[in-house]
Amino acid sequence: MRHILSILVENEAGALSRISGLFSARGYNIESLTVAPTEDPTMSRMTIVTSGSDDVIEQITKQLNKLVEVVKVVDLTDGDHIERELMLVKVRAAGKDRDEMKRLTDIFRGRILDVTDKSYTIELTGTGAKLDAFLQAIEPGVILETVRTGASGIGRGERILRI
Amino acid sequence: MALTGAEILIRCLQEEGVEYVFGYPGGAVLNLYDELFKQTRIKHVLVRHEQGAVHAADGYSRSSQKIGVAMVTSGPGVTNAVTGIATAYMDSVPMVIVTGQVPTSAIGQDAFQECDTVGITRPCVKHNFLVKDVANLALTVKKAFYLATTGRPGPVLVDIPKDVSQATAEWSYPKAVTMRSYNPVTRGHAGQIKKAVQLLLEAKRPMIYTGGGVVLNDAAESLTRLVRLLGYPCTSTLMGLGGFPGTDPQFTGMLGMHGTYESNMAMQHCDVLLAVGARFDDRVIGNPAHFYRADRKIIHIDIDPSSISKRVKVDVPIVGYVRDVLDEMVKLVESSPPRAGAAEVKAWWTEIKAWQAKDCLRYDHSKTVIKPQHVVEKLYEITGGDAFVTSDVGQHQMWVAQYYRFDKPRRWINSGGLGTMGFGLPAAMGVQLVNPGATVACVTGEASIQMCIQELSTCKQYHLPIKIVNLNNRYMGMVRQWQEFFYGNRYAESYMDALPDFVKLAEAYGHVGLKVERPGDVEGALREAFAQKERLVFLDFITDQTENVFPMVPGGKGLTEMILAEEL
Ligand SMILES: Cc1ncc(C[n+]2csc(CCOP(=O)(O)OP(=O)(O)O)c2C)c(N)n1
Repeated sequence: MRHILSILVENEAGALSRISGLFSARGYNIESLTVAPTEDPTMSRMTIVTSGSDDVIEQITKQLNKLVEVVKVVDLTDGDHIERELMLVKVRAAGKDRDEMKRLTDIFRGRILDVTDKSYTIELTGTGAKLDAFLQAIEPGVILETVRTGASGIGRGERILRI
Repeated sequence: MALTGAEILIRCLQEEGVEYVFGYPGGAVLNLYDELFKQTRIKHVLVRHEQGAVHAADGYSRSSQKIGVAMVTSGPGVTNAVTGIATAYMDSVPMVIVTGQVPTSAIGQDAFQECDTVGITRPCVKHNFLVKDVANLALTVKKAFYLATTGRPGPVLVDIPKDVSQATAEWSYPKAVTMRSYNPVTRGHAGQIKKAVQLLLEAKRPMIYTGGGVVLNDAAESLTRLVRLLGYPCTSTLMGLGGFPGTDPQFTGMLGMHGTYESNMAMQHCDVLLAVGARFDDRVIGNPAHFYRADRKIIHIDIDPSSISKRVKVDVPIVGYVRDVLDEMVKLVESSPPRAGAAEVKAWWTEIKAWQAKDCLRYDHSKTVIKPQHVVEKLYEITGGDAFVTSDVGQHQMWVAQYYRFDKPRRWINSGGLGTMGFGLPAAMGVQLVNPGATVACVTGEASIQMCIQELSTCKQYHLPIKIVNLNNRYMGMVRQWQEFFYGNRYAESYMDALPDFVKLAEAYGHVGLKVERPGDVEGALREAFAQKERLVFLDFITDQTENVFPMVPGGKGLTEMILAEEL
């Protein structure tokens, strides 16, 4: 099953490689990984999307907690949560494709950030599944380039991750 | 008062009560060595290879309640040390390794003797640090000792660039340290402990299985009290030997791949299993699916939550220092009413005694060729079962585990997790230094001993009267055994050709060498060697070339699918 892990980690050189090294050394999956400092610059927050059986996820959580620089680990998928990912897509937008791309972007509540006479650069935010759906909705031939940030997540309501 | 980084480091080590540093100098640590030179409190032991330094510091830690320290230079010094670090990591040995690094301005420039020390060692340390600012050095060293010794112990490495050891900072050393990201759970959950005792007291076929955690946490006394109080059978992993007295009638011998028949049978068929500081690894429970087939309740005490339910699902997990948890359990058992179902436990013991009657460690004695098991039995006799014994890796290691009945913890020093050939001799140096006057034996094989043989020179320099017991079968015996059983007797590259004359070799290093070829001479030679209290004696026993270790659970098989000697 797919899980989203939120990790508070000391903002220190090497913390990222300790975490990614743990995943590769123990053969765990990383679907995506995002990291940036929090409002407290001594700490970073990381979101890792991974998959595995319950036993594997339990081990991942325990192994992460064992890393000296990891402050806290939460499995967001254990409860209600919000997941967002940002994608930038450059598509061919000429002739009849041009109107169609505009329409699709609107339907998916995307924004066109950059325009040339042959292309659009579209910004889209949502769950990973929504971004996938957008890419599936447009013809593969028109996609020139995509870049995705990987998911970030946060708990709903009173679910708060901090120290 | 402003001190240089090098002065700060040495002061920190002094503050931590470090007696010995095992190391080897080089360009990046010259500043540190210069400071060592200027003081007398910390003694330096100059090894002959950095692997030896780390193993020696490791043996020092394992055989005492002190902490071993190793110091090596950048680049090749570090890479040579990695085997030692990984060895300590796999067996959770607390240790601090100080490494020199090229100056901060040269890092990343492919400088002479530069390597990414923190990167190379990351997967085999509990934690590591690169100190980029001398102002952080003292706190970092404090953290290193704190991390190494608390929670699940392990090696911690501090990498110090040469300019950092030269730069100056105000001296102050914190008395204690806390880290918001590091708070291991050390107190077992009271409710869980109660539940565990309840289960144990209701058990009909109980079994107690203990591991290295008991030794590391100095929990042997607490364990012994609990086991005797309960009257239940007790087995141990390779790493746990000595945690419960090996001569106690409740001890059923080591379990696992080369464990006793009775221990493996009891592990499989018990209805309540208490696991203490052990981790159900592949050499211990064999095939997990087979282990699962039997229905039993498992209680697991361990300091490391990630060891619990990693390979085997447990029913009552207890995270905490095993000694404290065991003490709590003792109290609860003492205040419980006498248990019901004593008759069932008695019947269980009868079953176990029947398994014991198989006498699975029996071997054929010989008048013409020396049996390695016989050497270990004689070693046990002559040292009164009270020596510190280190070993290398292979058949000889298993024979010590089977035939030397350790009654005390921290006496059996071997590389269980990584299985590092070359560990025995340098480890014995650390053991001898921290236990001066004690009897220290290194049981080894002719292949293993050659991996760190250069340390014979260190032993000479520091007058370490270790007794090396070389079980010389002219084969990498354990490899040959697998080839015999599983590869149709094709002994690919496991014959040790062109062996040196070990007697002459020992003599060349300034030691005493003895070659023993006849069974009748074994005891005399051992007596003669151990009588030489001041000398290192290298005993070269020419043993049966094709002796095998039994019982054996072949890799991937179930715990009870043992090959016994009598079946071949
Ligand atoms: C550094 C290292 N290399 C290889 C091995 C694999 N290995 C395990 S046991 C063994 C043979 C050891 O032979 P010896 O030291 O003569 O001991 P014996 O088994 O004959 O008692 C080997 C090569 C190892 N454990 N460590």
